[in-house]
Amino acid sequence: MARADEYLAWRTHLADLSDAELEARFWELVDEIVDPLVDLARTHTSPSIERSVLMRMGVDSLTCNAVVNEVDKRGLLGHGAGHVVLHCAQQWDVDVRAAAARLAAGEGWDLVDQKWGGRDDA
Amino acid sequence: MTPETGAKGQQRPPKAPEPYAPVGARPDDWALQHPLDPEAKIDLDEILADLERYRPRRRGWTWRTPVEDQVLGPFSYRETSRSLRRSVPLPAAKYFGDIDPQPDCVVTTEIASGRFEDDIRRMRMTAWHGADHMMVIRTAGQSHMDGLLEGTPEGVGGIAVTRKQVRATRKALDLIEDEVGRPINFHSYVSGVAGPEMAVMFAEEGVNGAHQDPQYNVLYRNINMVRSFVDAAVAKRIMAAANMAQIDGAHNANATAREAWKVMPELLVQHGINCAYSVKVGMPKENICLSTVPPDATPAPCVRMDLPYAVALRDLFSEYKMRAQQNTRYIESCGREATVNHVLNMLISRLTTADIQSTITPDEGRNVPWHYNNVHAVNTARQTLVGLDGLRKVVEVDREAPELKSKVREIKERAVLFLEGMIRDGGYFGAVQEGYFVDSGCYPETNDDGIFRKIDGGVGVGTVVERADDYMAPVCHHFGDNHLPEGLGKPCDLIGGCTLCDEALIPFIDELDPEDNVNVRLERTAELREKGLIKPEVQWAGDGIVVVTMFLPAAERVAEAAALELAKAMNLQEPEVVHKQVMHPAEGTLLEVRGRLDVTVDPATLVIPEEKQLLPEDEIRAFVKEHGLKCVAATVGNDEHSVGMREIIDIKHGGIEKYGIECIYLGTSVPVDKLLDAAIEHAADAVLLSTIITHGDIHRQNMEKIADLAVEKGVRDKLLLISGGTQVTDDLARSWGMDAGFGRGTTGHDVASFMVEALRARAAQKE
Repeated sequence: MARADEYLAWRTHLADLSDAELEARFWELVDEIVDPLVDLARTHTSPSIERSVLMRMGVDSLTCNAVVNEVDKRGLLGHGAGHVVLHCAQQWDVDVRAAAARLAAGEGWDLVDQKWGGRDDA
Repeated sequence: MTPETGAKGQQRPPKAPEPYAPVGARPDDWALQHPLDPEAKIDLDEILADLERYRPRRRGWTWRTPVEDQVLGPFSYRETSRSLRRSVPLPAAKYFGDIDPQPDCVVTTEIASGRFEDDIRRMRMTAWHGADHMMVIRTAGQSHMDGLLEGTPEGVGGIAVTRKQVRATRKALDLIEDEVGRPINFHSYVSGVAGPEMAVMFAEEGVNGAHQDPQYNVLYRNINMVRSFVDAAVAKRIMAAANMAQIDGAHNANATAREAWKVMPELLVQHGINCAYSVKVGMPKENICLSTVPPDATPAPCVRMDLPYAVALRDLFSEYKMRAQQNTRYIESCGREATVNHVLNMLISRLTTADIQSTITPDEGRNVPWHYNNVHAVNTARQTLVGLDGLRKVVEVDREAPELKSKVREIKERAVLFLEGMIRDGGYFGAVQEGYFVDSGCYPETNDDGIFRKIDGGVGVGTVVERADDYMAPVCHHFGDNHLPEGLGKPCDLIGGCTLCDEALIPFIDELDPEDNVNVRLERTAELREKGLIKPEVQWAGDGIVVVTMFLPAAERVAEAAALELAKAMNLQEPEVVHKQVMHPAEGTLLEVRGRLDVTVDPATLVIPEEKQLLPEDEIRAFVKEHGLKCVAATVGNDEHSVGMREIIDIKHGGIEKYGIECIYLGTSVPVDKLLDAAIEHAADAVLLSTIITHGDIHRQNMEKIADLAVEKGVRDKLLLISGGTQVTDDLARSWGMDAGFGRGTTGHDVASFMVEALRARAAQKE
């Protein structure tokens, strides 16, 4: 919606603020806008985030893609792809990179289903 | 004017640069053991060898080391940093002992050839001119790739950013920073739908800085807003762990909006959102840089309009760093016009503050930047920032001036109104859906031409999921809820270490594409490198591109067509007019024509005249002191020019007087017999004769006449006869009886050096 410049009419409640108060107001409002975004990020994840977890576990990018795609397809991303790989590594008693490679090759998804009960839309 | 003297009022010799110790290098540092040879090209084979084992020497950003009241040559400086070990000083530095003062702020160059093997050479060139922030532009389209690329594919308008490209580039930069003696920051983009992965790869590979701003994805890449913000939190936390500098994306609003000067309130809001978001997810404020552009350009009265904005920004964001970018919104194909705008931008940097001075190449308005234009842009920054050194010591921005004061206040108030509106409309997501951003109205004015995005739209929509109660990520520096078992020292203890703690765990994939990779590309230009053949280039080895500048006495459209014909006659392939400018609607047009010249030169076939070696200045002074040296000088014939001769003689212009040589200057339009008589009378050692080239051959006659007269009078072997003039050549002057001739570009040093050598040779002959 186009609107004419109503600055002078809109600013009346700001007119009496000192410069310091005006600047403080700016940052309070920014915080008010940003806080829910930070909360959203804190409680959510995405395929890219989960691939970044596997990368930090020492898994190469091609294997990261394969594992995260499958975890996502099974609706298990909310548990963490790193969690899935760690679980299998513990079951198999191998390191996490070997476990990721086996998962990428299609192995071990039965173990994953056993723990998280198959498709789960959590 | 006398040069400014040092802090204590006396001249001091240039200080030797501090001894250089590479930041973060370990004793077994590879680059330290394989230093570049400044006389040799960088060896791409060596860069590519053993890459799978190469490790960067450090993580994190490095600022320049400021030197307070630095004295270099005859000058003292207020805003400079430690000098380089090696560099190409600005052209005029030759008058000041080749000093090369480096500004206090980091200087950026943006590199975008699309081939990293060529980017590396460009980085080396710009580093020698003062760039220490190599910003590698990413190829269009990579931001929509949900995952990482591997290998070294070629990019369009920028590079495909991959682990191999990054590692090879960092390896080359480790060598280059040792060559110039200053840490170099390497930078690219943590944006798009693979931000968190990009951040991990950059942290692992020693990338020092990155753009990261979820708003950029939303507005300009149409990436789903939820995905963009959720990803950004994780990416930022990883960047913080690697101590990377972050640059935001707010300047793009300025580069996109129809009327860029009206988006100032929004710019403050965008900076505010990214800053606050970054801090809240764990990034230290000192690593957060605001990408800020003076929004206007001439013919607007841009400095007066942009300064209040720059002041308001620095008031509100005093705890953050300023990355001063240059205006690209109004850049056209005229490199001169772009350069002047950039200089005006830097006037604002110096009147306020800048921690990083970015540069835009002056050819950005006509093509993807060419490498020598990166050098030009860096030099524009170096020259301007040094030229404006310490400006605030003598000039102050008057914060109480009514116009400035009210404008600063108004911009801040409008930004606050913008934020209040966003909250009324449902916060960030609501505001984006309402088209708040990149609207060309100056808020609260709106023109309904902003960018509208939907929360349930965009690339990556529907890919974000809630973390379950047992969500776990067994790695370090992970943002958000993470249900790790209790009692861990650090998260990655659970898996025996993560790549951010143990770099031995970092995997490396070489090439995936057998055709589109660096080895195949280098094969195509192997002959040039192996045989040392020379072919012109502007961005890639052997691209053959040249530009021809021509003035054509024709109207614009006719001139353009004619220019293309002329280019074909010059054997230029695929000619294209890249710049045209009307000098007068009827009298003519200036054009620059680009074309490809498929010709190589083998340097082995070239006949290159030997370089003239001059005597050191101290040696000349010592000779003159011991033996004395007197000359008589004049402009001969009917010639009233005295400028050239003055340049050669006057101490003020660095002429021969400065070596103690005594000069008797007779003036202009002096007949040659008078000149010779004066030389005899004063018992001079040399005659300096200045002349212009005349249609009537008078210059030749004058030289021959004075030579003949000298023989007649029996003084030829007592006198050095030297002629000079803009079009005089040594060969011609000698053939007309002179001992030497000097043409355009001659300095007093050239002439003095010749005189001393000639006098020594004559003395040796006599013995």
